[in-house]
Amino acid sequence: MDMSQYLELFIEESKEHLQNLNQHLLEIENNPNNMTILNEIFRVAHTVKGMAGTMGFSKIATLTHAMENVLQEVRNGNIKISTHIVDVLFQCLDALENYVNRVINEGNEGQNDYASVVKALNLILAPDTEQVSEQEPKETDVLVEKADEFVNDEYTQNIINKAVQAEMNAYNINITLNAGCVLKAARAFIIFRTLETECDIIKSEPKVEDIEDEKFDLTFNIVVVTKASTDKLEKELYAISEVDNVGIDVLAEKALHRTAEQRDNSSQVQDDMQSDVGVQLFQQQGKQYKNEETQDGSSPQVAKPRTRKTVRVDIDRLDNLMNLVSELIIIKTRLEDIEGTEQYSNSSEAIEYLERITTSLHDAVMKVRMVPVEMVFNRFPRMIRDLARELDKKITLNMYGQETEVDRTVIDEIGDPLIHLLRNSADHGIESTDQRLANNKSEHGTINLKAYHDGNNVVIEVQDDGAGIDVEKVRQKAIVKGVVDPEMAKALSDKEVIDFLFQASFSTADKVTDVSGRGVGLDVVKTKIEDLGGIVEVETKKGKGSKFIIRLPLTLAIIQALMVILEKEKYAIPLSSIKEIINIKPKEVRLVQNKEVILLRDTVIPLIRLDKVLDVPKTESKEQKQLTIVIVRKGDKLTGFVVDSLLGQQEIVIKSLGKHLTGISEIAGATILGDGQVALILDVNALAL
Amino acid sequence: MESTVKKEKTIEVKGYTQFVVFKLAEEEYGIDIQRVIEIVELTSITRVPNAPSFVKGVINLRGEIIPVMGLRERFNLPPIEQTDETRIVIFKVNEGSIGMIVDNVVEVVEIHLSAIEGVSNFSNDDSLKFLYGVGKIDERIVTLLNLDKLVVQAQREG
Repeated sequence: MDMSQYLELFIEESKEHLQNLNQHLLEIENNPNNMTILNEIFRVAHTVKGMAGTMGFSKIATLTHAMENVLQEVRNGNIKISTHIVDVLFQCLDALENYVNRVINEGNEGQNDYASVVKALNLILAPDTEQVSEQEPKETDVLVEKADEFVNDEYTQNIINKAVQAEMNAYNINITLNAGCVLKAARAFIIFRTLETECDIIKSEPKVEDIEDEKFDLTFNIVVVTKASTDKLEKELYAISEVDNVGIDVLAEKALHRTAEQRDNSSQVQDDMQSDVGVQLFQQQGKQYKNEETQDGSSPQVAKPRTRKTVRVDIDRLDNLMNLVSELIIIKTRLEDIEGTEQYSNSSEAIEYLERITTSLHDAVMKVRMVPVEMVFNRFPRMIRDLARELDKKITLNMYGQETEVDRTVIDEIGDPLIHLLRNSADHGIESTDQRLANNKSEHGTINLKAYHDGNNVVIEVQDDGAGIDVEKVRQKAIVKGVVDPEMAKALSDKEVIDFLFQASFSTADKVTDVSGRGVGLDVVKTKIEDLGGIVEVETKKGKGSKFIIRLPLTLAIIQALMVILEKEKYAIPLSSIKEIINIKPKEVRLVQNKEVILLRDTVIPLIRLDKVLDVPKTESKEQKQLTIVIVRKGDKLTGFVVDSLLGQQEIVIKSLGKHLTGISEIAGATILGDGQVALILDVNALAL
Repeated sequence: MESTVKKEKTIEVKGYTQFVVFKLAEEEYGIDIQRVIEIVELTSITRVPNAPSFVKGVINLRGEIIPVMGLRERFNLPPIEQTDETRIVIFKVNEGSIGMIVDNVVEVVEIHLSAIEGVSNFSNDDSLKFLYGVGKIDERIVTLLNLDKLVVQAQREG
C-alpha cells in the first residue's frame, strides 16, 4: 500500500509533461492553426488528468479537465486559438506547476483550487453565461473533514457498509490512557496489536504515524470493523495496563448476533470468511486509497512526502557501469589469487589493470550523473516571451546546444544566474522597438543562448544584439563613485572597467541602469558562478550588443587540490583558489597593527597561521628555518596560509560532512585519501581575510 | 496500517524489543537494535577543527563520511585510553548515520515492554535528558538511550 513509489513516478512524469506543454504552448502561439501541436497539447492535458486522477489529485484533474474541454472545442473548430486562450492556458500551466511543486514538497496538491483559472477556461467555452460545465463534483467540500467527524467520510462509510454486508460490526473506539503512562506510543502499539487480533483497523485519529511518534495527548480514536462484540473488545482493552477508559460507539452492527460459543464452534468457517472479507476490504481500500491518500488527513495510510532528486539514465550507460563492476570483481578475485600464491610478479600487472578499470568506472559513473542543460534551458522561452510582452519589445530567443551535458549538481545551480543574465539582456540590453528602428537595426531583438563543452569545462553564452555596454559611462561612474581616481581610471583597460559592474557596491548602491543599462544583480551572478568554481566574462561592443560567457567545471564532485600538512594532520586546499606557493624566512614576516603580513612583489599580503585557526594540537615546537606559504585568492584579495609542508597536488572527491556537523565554517567538506583516511577540505572563502 | 504493523510483527515478538548493550564507565547502556547499522573497531578518526568537544571527528566507512562522538565526553565522564575492546557503534538518525565511541559492546538482549520503566520520576537531573527508560533483565539494569535526543542536543550545542 505504499504510494510513495508512484508518487515519485507521478512527479517525474508530470514534470516532463508540463515541460512539453510549455514548449507546445509557445509553438502554438506562433502557429495557431497547427493541428499536430494542438493535438499534442490535448494529449498532455489528458495524460496529466489521468495521472492526477489515479493519484487522487482531484484539483489537478478538475483543472486539466476544464483545459481539455476548451481544447476539444478548439479541435472541433468552434473556437479559434487566440492570444487570450494561450494566456489562459499558460495560467493553467503555472497552476499545474504549482500543484506539482506542492506535491514534491508536501506530498499533496494543497487547498488552492485556482478557481479563477478554471473560471477563465469556462468563460472561453461560454463567454456569456457563467455556466459551470459538467465537471466532476466538487470534492473539496468532502475533504476538509473535522477530526471529530472523522468517521463520516465516504471512504470509511464505504468500508463500514462492506463490513455490514459481510456480517461484521463497525465500532468507533475511544481510548484514554492513564495520565502517568510513560511510553504512550508503546502502549498505543499494544492496543493496536490487541485490536488487530480481532478486528480490522480502518483508521485512527490522530494518524498512526502521529501515534507512533507520541504526537497525541492521552486519548485517541480508532475505527474498526470486527466480528467481536463490544463487551469482548472492552474486556480485552481494559486488560491492557495503563488504559484508563474505553468508549465504544457502535457505527454499524450486523443483523445477526452470534454468541461466543457459536463462534467457537464455527471458528474454522469464520476464519475463512474473515480472510475473505479481509481481501475484500483490502481491495476496497486499494481503490479508495487513491482518493484518500493525500486528501483526507485522517486516513491511516497517509504517506509522508518523500521525494528525492532523480536522474533519468540511459540504459546503455547503466550496462556499461554494470560491465565495469563485473570487471572489478574479476580483478579482485585475481588479486586474491596472487596473494594466495605469493606470485608477486603478477601483481603489478593486475594493479595496472585495476587502475584502468577504476578510471573507466569513475568515468562511467560521472556520465550517469550528467544531464543535458535542456533541463534548465527549457523554461527560458516562456520567460522571454513574458518579458517581451511586459517590456513591449520584440525579442527572439535562439538556443543552441541544449543537449550539452553537465553534472546534476551544476544543473541545479546555474538556473538563477542564467535567469539574471537573460533578464538583463532582455530588459537593458535589447533597446525598445523605436530605438532599434532609429539605429537601423531589425525590429526584432535577438538573444542567443549557447552551451557547449570546452575541455573540462562547460561554457554557456548569453548574447544579445542590443545596445552594449557604454564603457566610458561606466568609467565616469566609477570615478564619481570614488571607486578609482580619475588618473587611474584613464589607465584602466575596457575590460577592467567592465569588471566594475560585477562589484556588489557598484551595482547595488547605485542604479547602474542609469549608467549603462546594465548591472541588475550582476554581482550576484558572479558570486554564484564563482561559488561553483566557474568564471564570468563579458564581451561588449557599443551599439552592437554584449556577450556574457560563463565557464563552469563539468562537475563539482571532483576537484584538483593541494594537500598540505599541519603537524600530523592533512588538509586539502582547492587548487582553483591557490595563486602561488612561496617559501620565506621567518624574519621576513612583518607586523602591521600586530597582524602578520608579508611583502610579496610590493603587495602586502596578510598571513594566517592555519595551525592556530584550526586549533591543531602541537606536537613539539621546532625552530623553523623556512615558512611555506600558500597564497590564496578570495575575490581580488590575497591571503597567505602558513603550512608546515606540502604533500602535493591530487584529484579529490568532495564529500559532505553531513548535516550533523554544521556550523563549522572553516571546513568545506571532506575527502577520502588513498590510504582510506579522511582529510578535510579547507573553505578558503571562510578562512581568508 | 496493515503494512507497517506486519513489518513490525516480524521484528518484535510479543512485545519484546531487542537492544544492543554496551558498557561505558562500568554502566550498561542499551540502544534499539533497529537503529544500529554496525559496530566497528576504532579506526583512525580525523579531527574536525572547532567542532563541539564531544565530536571526536569523522571516519571513513566504506566511502561514507560519518561523524563520530565520544560518548564519555558526551556524558561528561572522564576519558580513558582506548583498549582492544573500544568500539564505534554506528547508528541511524534522521538524516544519515552517526558513530559513537563506547568502552565495549556486551551483547544483544531482548527486553519486554513491561520491563521498561520511564525515568522521569527519578530526578530532574540534566543527565537524564538523553535517556529513554530503564530496562530490567533479571537483576541487571540497562539504561536505554534516546538516540534522537543525543543527536538533536548535540546539534544545538554544536
